[in-house]
Amino acid sequence: MSKKEWPLWEVFISGQHGLNHRHVGSLHAPDAEMAINHARDVYTRRKEGVSIWVVPSKEITASSPSEKGPLFDPAESKTYRHPTFFDIPEEVGKM
Amino acid sequence: MYAQLVKSDALKSREEMSPEEQAFQERIDNGEKIEPKDWMPEGYRKTLIRQIGQHAHSEIVGQLPEGNWITRAPTLERKAILLAKVQDEAGHGLYLYSAAETLGVSRDELFEALHSGKMKYSSIFNYPTLNWADMGAVGWLVDGAAIMNQVPLQRTSFGPYSRAMIRICKEESFHQRQGYSIMMKMAFGTPEQKEMAQDSLNRFWFPALMMFGPSDKDSVHSAQSMAWKIKMNTNDELRQKFVNETVPQAEYLGLTVPDETLAWNEEKQGYDFAEPDWNEFFEVIKGNGPCNRERLEARVKAWDDGEWFRDGLNAFAEKAAARRLAASVAAE
Repeated sequence: MSKKEWPLWEVFISGQHGLNHRHVGSLHAPDAEMAINHARDVYTRRKEGVSIWVVPSKEITASSPSEKGPLFDPAESKTYRHPTFFDIPEEVGKM
Repeated sequence: MYAQLVKSDALKSREEMSPEEQAFQERIDNGEKIEPKDWMPEGYRKTLIRQIGQHAHSEIVGQLPEGNWITRAPTLERKAILLAKVQDEAGHGLYLYSAAETLGVSRDELFEALHSGKMKYSSIFNYPTLNWADMGAVGWLVDGAAIMNQVPLQRTSFGPYSRAMIRICKEESFHQRQGYSIMMKMAFGTPEQKEMAQDSLNRFWFPALMMFGPSDKDSVHSAQSMAWKIKMNTNDELRQKFVNETVPQAEYLGLTVPDETLAWNEEKQGYDFAEPDWNEFFEVIKGNGPCNRERLEARVKAWDDGEWFRDGLNAFAEKAAARRLAASVAAE
């Protein structure tokens, strides 16, 4: 067995110019350059992307499932943040 | 299937569950996805590592029977297509290993378990690929059987596994179609070619049926896995579905399914068919199939021969990082 396992990287791909990079998966690679090469081979074999980002997995900080309530519940009661909350009379026209 | 005979826990009743387990089961019943950082029963984690790991190993070992024919493909186009398919299988292995790793097992641990024989891969890959027609039969039947299982698994309860399955299913249909395209070429070719196609179907039919695992009456570990939604259908359900879809495809090719008892059953709206030889199945699983030794040796050799390369890239990455650090210190 090898002395050291290659570190894990998270892969983000932008499918088209102008679109967000989206998380597509992860892979092992010795460094960033090889991670991009591997990501090209694994995640863009069918022209799925025009740009790749790779990030060391250990550098990602994630919210914990137990924080779900305090983090996201407050938005639940604030329906006025959506445009559909407000009724605009038809006479006013498109708004 | 690609994961056969995965050991799971005995099914727990509501009363036997802890409050945490009850809440967990409720989330699954509501169709929620479980993510790696969520609380999960130890049995769920362990069963999933075994199942996803076995699935990943199958993708990787599955490259070997087909890799056997890349250099001998009949045309450059067929060669490029087969190469692309085998490359896909490597990708599928990677998606699945990554999903398993989110459960707290390392890639090297998984490889080690495969190489030492502690973890299994699908029985189907222990059969030899003797000629080019087998590339057709493998794509058509083996990938066809895999799709039967993988399509419902897209809805499995574990998020990373489900996402890997969605990605795999997108690519898998190409595999089955390229296999069927080879079968069409052979079956509609010269009499010798048709004979080769028939011979290949004869050899792969029952091993393909075995891929779904033992009959439901002998499948002891299903109930808990089904409650956890890491197994979506029973072995017999999937096998029946596969036979129903495959028999007409064989008829179109003008080939005969090697089962004299095969007959349409109007009442159940499906075919009656003969069970494979389960003794053979258990022998292959135990390591006594025609190619078990060869497959594992090839895997271990590839891993050992690649060690200097993996270490070399590590050394280069460390050197480059040290150089970057030295340059940034000098610039300050």
